[in-house]
Amino acid sequence: MIVVLVEKGPDGLAVEVSRETVTFARSLSEAGGGVAIDAVVVGEVSDALREQLAAYGVRDVHRLGGEAYDSFAGAAWAAGIESVLAATTTVVVMAAGTPRGNEVLAHVAARRGVEMAANVLTFGGLSPFVVTRQVVGGQALEEMRLGNRPAIFTVAGHAVEAAPAATPGAATLVEHAPDVAAADLIARVVSSEEPEPDLSGDLKSAKVVVGAGRGAGSAEGFADLVELTELVGGSMGVSRVVTSLGWRPHHEQVGQTGSRISPDLYIPCGISGAIQHWAGCSSAKAILAINTDADAPMVTKATYAVIGDLHEVVPAINAEIRRRRGE
Amino acid sequence: MTNVLVCVKRVPDASSEVVLTADGQSVDGRFAGFTMSTHEECAVELAALVTAAGGGEATALTLGDAEAVEQLRAALAVGCTAATHVVADPQRFGPADVAREIAAVVRDHEAAGRSYDLILLGNDAADSGDFQVGIRLAYELGRPVVNGVTHVSVADGVVTASGAGTDGYETYRVPVPAVVTILEGGVEPRYPTVPGRMKAKKVAIEERTPAGEPTGPNRVKLALPPPVPSNVQILGKGADAAPAVVDVLEELGVLSR
Ligand SMILES: Cc1cc2nc3c(=O)[nH]c(=O)nc-3n(C[C@H](O)[C@H](O)[C@H](O)COP(=O)(O)OP(=O)(O)OC[C@H]3O[C@@H](n4cnc5c(N)ncnc54)[C@H](O)[C@@H]3O)c2cc1C
Repeated sequence: MIVVLVEKGPDGLAVEVSRETVTFARSLSEAGGGVAIDAVVVGEVSDALREQLAAYGVRDVHRLGGEAYDSFAGAAWAAGIESVLAATTTVVVMAAGTPRGNEVLAHVAARRGVEMAANVLTFGGLSPFVVTRQVVGGQALEEMRLGNRPAIFTVAGHAVEAAPAATPGAATLVEHAPDVAAADLIARVVSSEEPEPDLSGDLKSAKVVVGAGRGAGSAEGFADLVELTELVGGSMGVSRVVTSLGWRPHHEQVGQTGSRISPDLYIPCGISGAIQHWAGCSSAKAILAINTDADAPMVTKATYAVIGDLHEVVPAINAEIRRRRGE
Repeated sequence: MTNVLVCVKRVPDASSEVVLTADGQSVDGRFAGFTMSTHEECAVELAALVTAAGGGEATALTLGDAEAVEQLRAALAVGCTAATHVVADPQRFGPADVAREIAAVVRDHEAAGRSYDLILLGNDAADSGDFQVGIRLAYELGRPVVNGVTHVSVADGVVTASGAGTDGYETYRVPVPAVVTILEGGVEPRYPTVPGRMKAKKVAIEERTPAGEPTGPNRVKLALPPPVPSNVQILGKGADAAPAVVDVLEELGVLSR
């Protein structure tokens, strides 16, 4: 059996990257002659979540409950997955390549003394079990052998498109309330401040997205970009550099660890086009890149490009739009 | 007193074109040069801040070939006061091997009277991107591990570690000794000063051979992603391109409102 750690969003449903991971698991299952796919979920499991997982072909939904799961502890989540493994014959353990997914599966791998592959894109065969994953910040691909069982790996965000199964599963709820050792609860989240409201819904459905990366220079460097976003009636989407530096909120991040967008037009300004960013914007119908570097991957992959400093180009575009509107 | 061990890795600078070695086993960094992962630069900065606040030593550790001493000197120039170099070909070591080697150094140092309240690592290395050395190290040593935070402080034997996480801004409090893995973004790594560099040159770096035979990274081979042919239409250079851009916006019908 294949076990997939499924993460939930604020709505209590499986997040897109977890649904992608279940979709990936189905292709493994088919290659392996139809091995069952089970989900592991921490905390509440609503009927809506079970229906969703059923549509994705999940057989059993293992729910980890109890006081140990009131706040996040990587080791406790791993202990919960171990209790699922103990009750089943599991050959593969998977999660999305999110912070939680990579952390929890690394715990499981360390406890089991087996290897783990992070950010897998494809699998190359079952015997031997070989996966291809992203290394060197996505600039190279590594073929890696997973010789031990269970094979443990995380799937890079947006490596596959989430799609429901042809034949739904039963998604039968199986309760687990494992005895979590005190040692597994030492490193536990003791306080969390409300996350920023997740406003990424607008970004995912926007017809036009104005993108901004390190080239914006600073939090203050966004004024013209925000104005352009307003003039085209679009949404702002940024690179991870921008959210890491705190220039813009995380819900605006496009890419492997952010949203996947599919606008009619994407206008990335000062974004190099790293593979993890590309993973989130490759389904844009057209791309108009603005970059000082004519050789930046974002420029060579774009439909249109302007070579120049965004702090000069963007205000000029804004002025031209206003001029044509007679403002 | 808080003693900190900070683990760093020499990685090829991937900001320019990536070239692979002929055997497809590693990145050929001879042209692009080498650096330290950004997450680890921040971990070194945090090590310097924690030891400056509480007193104690910040020790840098690397497993790498002879040239990796460059990264240890870089850490010594910005606040670390001691360094240990496990001299080995890093390509032969998988994440579990590296964790075992770090644990062996910690045990030896602690047996010799130098204990570490806090061990810092990067959340993931810029080259191999395994996302697991810190966690495996914690299991080797039987210590708690906090993963992927941007801020760390130590007071009264308690490590407070925090950062933006899945459930919002998350805070952990764990007793020392503990392992914490760092993400960039919380602190600004300082630039080395000239006296800092001079001091770094004088520090005697402990050199060691690996404690065990590595099992390896399970790597079959590396490959570069296939090149994508470019069909880009260049609309112009600089501000002069604005009319051509707005023509495209009109053509695509994104300006109608
Ligand atoms: C596991 C993992 C997950 C990741 N997930 C994501 C993700 O979800 N999303 C994401 O975006 N990244 C992600 N990254 C990071 C990614 O690898 C890149 O580091 C990041 O996308 C680079 O951001 P950037 O393009 O803004 O910065 P850079 O790569 O530094 O590029 C800046 C660009 O701006 C141009 N520029 C500079 N100044 C100007 C100017 N004045 N005017 C115009 N152009 C200018 C430069 O020529 C350059 O092309 C991830 C990385 C890893 C390892």
